[in-house]
Amino acid sequence: MFDNFPLWPQRASTIAGNVDALYIFLLIVSGLMTLLIFVCVVFFAAKFRHRPGVQAEPIEGSTPLELTWSIIPMGVFLVIFFWGAVVYFQERTPPHDATEVYVVAKQWMWKLEHAEGQREINELHVPVGRDVKMIMTSQDAIHSFYVPAFRIKQDVLPGRYTVAWFRATKPGTYHLFCAEYCGTQHSGMIGSVVVMEPAQYEAWMSGGSTGSLSAGGEKVFAELGCATCHRPDAQGRGPNLQGLFGKTVQLEDGRTVTADENYIRESILDPGAKVVKGFKPVMPTFQGIVSEEQLNALVAYVKSLSSARPGNAMAAGSTSTPAKASAQGSQVQ
Amino acid sequence: MVTASMPTVERENYLNKHYGVGSWLFTTDHKRIALLYLLSITFFFFIGGFFALLIRLELLTPAGDLVQADTYNKLFTMHGMVMVFFFLVPSIPAVLGNFLVPLMIGAKDLAFPKINLLSWYLYIIGGVMMLHCMLTGGVDTGWTFYVPFSTAFSNTKVVEAGLAIFVVGFSSILTGLNFVVTIHRMRAPGMTWSRLPLFIWAHYATSIIQLLGTPVIAITLVLVAAERALHLGIFDPKLGGDPLLFQHLFWFYSHPAVYIMILPSMGIVSEIIACFSRKRIFGYSFVAFSSIAIAVFGFLVWAHHMFVAGISVYAALVFSLLSYLVAVPSAVKVFNWTATMYKGSIHYDAPMLYAFGFLGLFTVGGLTGLFLAALGIDVHVTDTYFIVAHFHYIMVGGAVMGYLGGMHFWWPKISGRLYPEGWAKLAALIVFIGFNLTFFPQFILGYIGMPRRYYQYPPEFQVLNVLSTAGATILGVGYLLPMAYFLWSMRYGKPAPDNPWNAAGLEWKTASPPPTFNFDEEPVVTWEAYNYDELNRLPVKQETPVAR
Repeated sequence: MFDNFPLWPQRASTIAGNVDALYIFLLIVSGLMTLLIFVCVVFFAAKFRHRPGVQAEPIEGSTPLELTWSIIPMGVFLVIFFWGAVVYFQERTPPHDATEVYVVAKQWMWKLEHAEGQREINELHVPVGRDVKMIMTSQDAIHSFYVPAFRIKQDVLPGRYTVAWFRATKPGTYHLFCAEYCGTQHSGMIGSVVVMEPAQYEAWMSGGSTGSLSAGGEKVFAELGCATCHRPDAQGRGPNLQGLFGKTVQLEDGRTVTADENYIRESILDPGAKVVKGFKPVMPTFQGIVSEEQLNALVAYVKSLSSARPGNAMAAGSTSTPAKASAQGSQVQ
Repeated sequence: MVTASMPTVERENYLNKHYGVGSWLFTTDHKRIALLYLLSITFFFFIGGFFALLIRLELLTPAGDLVQADTYNKLFTMHGMVMVFFFLVPSIPAVLGNFLVPLMIGAKDLAFPKINLLSWYLYIIGGVMMLHCMLTGGVDTGWTFYVPFSTAFSNTKVVEAGLAIFVVGFSSILTGLNFVVTIHRMRAPGMTWSRLPLFIWAHYATSIIQLLGTPVIAITLVLVAAERALHLGIFDPKLGGDPLLFQHLFWFYSHPAVYIMILPSMGIVSEIIACFSRKRIFGYSFVAFSSIAIAVFGFLVWAHHMFVAGISVYAALVFSLLSYLVAVPSAVKVFNWTATMYKGSIHYDAPMLYAFGFLGLFTVGGLTGLFLAALGIDVHVTDTYFIVAHFHYIMVGGAVMGYLGGMHFWWPKISGRLYPEGWAKLAALIVFIGFNLTFFPQFILGYIGMPRRYYQYPPEFQVLNVLSTAGATILGVGYLLPMAYFLWSMRYGKPAPDNPWNAAGLEWKTASPPPTFNFDEEPVVTWEAYNYDELNRLPVKQETPVAR
């Protein structure tokens, strides 16, 4: 019975070790602090217990002592703060050349879509040793993508994208939990992340794909007639989308915005929110017309139009994968 | 005739001056209102505790087998709502604060006695609304009401629960208002700010939070109701709203609310440790101002509940740093309490045992707060059992331990009776052991990754859950015991002397129980707070005359 009684979570991502190191440091610091208080309380309580005829000594306080036990903890706290901030920066900054997976959460399941086109439900297959970036949104309530073995967690919100990433270090099957309460089957919204050796992963990848996500997006783009206005030259009624992703965009009202996933998403669902300088707010909304999956495909397509985009297979050099290069290839057609 | 010949006639006091239901329901005496609150919050404490018991029983096994998933979700929701809004927030201020603030500063009553009674009626109206909500189906949003789940997806009585909390919030605001005005305007001659007991400083700081924070949660809940009932687009992205806006508003109150729960408890611990060490509190002004510092900084750390919610990296950095700043005054308090015992003359009466328990549990609760404020670790442990354990160490280990300590310390003053000391010590021990057994395993559960609010869970989490449930039953016994012997003492307890602990403080210089207007003559204060130095030199007297 007790063989299944872990006291420490599995450690299966590059981040996990960093989180654990800080955690152990904090265990030591707080352990020492608890011990200090405990020893003092027990020692004082025993040594200065009431004895008939012995009176308490009047002591007012001591400013030097007060300063000492304010400043030293403050110093320790600052060390923890900086250490925690460094780890958090790692957690929140996906590498530029990460493989992308689109995640749609809904009551009460995870839908995962690889850039290469594979679709999964409640299971995510990834290769060991490759950076994987998840671009996530929810169809209903707020959910949270949590993989304890990777020490990552990110809330998944309706109406926008949030991002998380990891690089798995150990093949195996790990829990994927929903960590933000989302209704009746919240605790049933459990999936798994399957980390595979690269060769196995390629074999898994080669089966059952219906074409890359961006190719699917290109189809949606054509079906919805987006190309009538968003022409690949400068003559359209809408801005040219070639090379847009990752660029800074000048808006009509003088603001600037970086063309990231959230900007593209917003421009499809609420085109009037950020109108590009020199254009008129003539685009209709596609709210309720495109599904979350189609939105993801459209975003992937717009990204694929950008040769300068950070995740570009050519620019990424040696870490690029064949699958990714083929996804990239589809734009040329 | 007969009574005249008896050697002792029971003195007239606030309990025996009037009899009958009406004399209680229409009283404006702060001491009687405190007892009305005591009865009401105890009732809700045991309702919330019953929900907790069912939660722990469900979690004995990995499968969901005791109740339905929806029922479980309602149980933890209503456990949270009842315990936070109907027990913890009012607990110490509305009971012990109500009873003691006027006594400790030498006033006849609070500044607005009728508003004080109104605040109890608001509490009762809110409480009845909450009971009605629970009995007619309940609510399943979690006590946090997160949108858009609460406004668009939950099929339960969200609006009704929100309105109940809205109403009870005004009870809290009025209590805070009353304390602020009373502490400013009603202090006895000679009772300067630097002579105030630390209990009063703590309540002053708490009142400021109640006044400034509670309106924000009230507005937020109205907005939730408006979006749910009228489909106004405020929080739901489908209606053009922003779900993170809700979280900012919610935590702008609900983080400071933690300090509403813990600051009064800290005030109690300061009183108890000074009394049973027979010493002035170490670093009085540092302890006093740390309460104010906690109240002020407490308003600037709310978004540390949102590190994985989708706020920017830079916002997270600022809120992490500020959270470490608010940890300093809490640490200062713990060091000062410990130092107070140095070269004291320490007595191990029951209230002191609760204070020891508070020190231990609050230290663990506070230190685990350092883990959660560390951004990199928070990502992993937030929304897991780690955070459940952390806030129970603060809000139950800290606040409730302090509350029980205070109840034991002032029970002779409140009831005029002594409780059985041996039972009280035993209860303190049982609560401490039961508490740790319940909640310590949850830290480990959280770090190995068990999310909170899970009705069923993977089997590797079972052993720790069984430990926790076992602890909860012990803890339940520990909480039932004091209720039993306090009730027993009201009839069978020995009459309490005016100052059974030989304690400093004006409340001990009047009768037990006090007369309706607290003091037979208005006291004039000529001594510093915690003048145990002087008291220790006097022979112990059972009947100390009113100071003049």
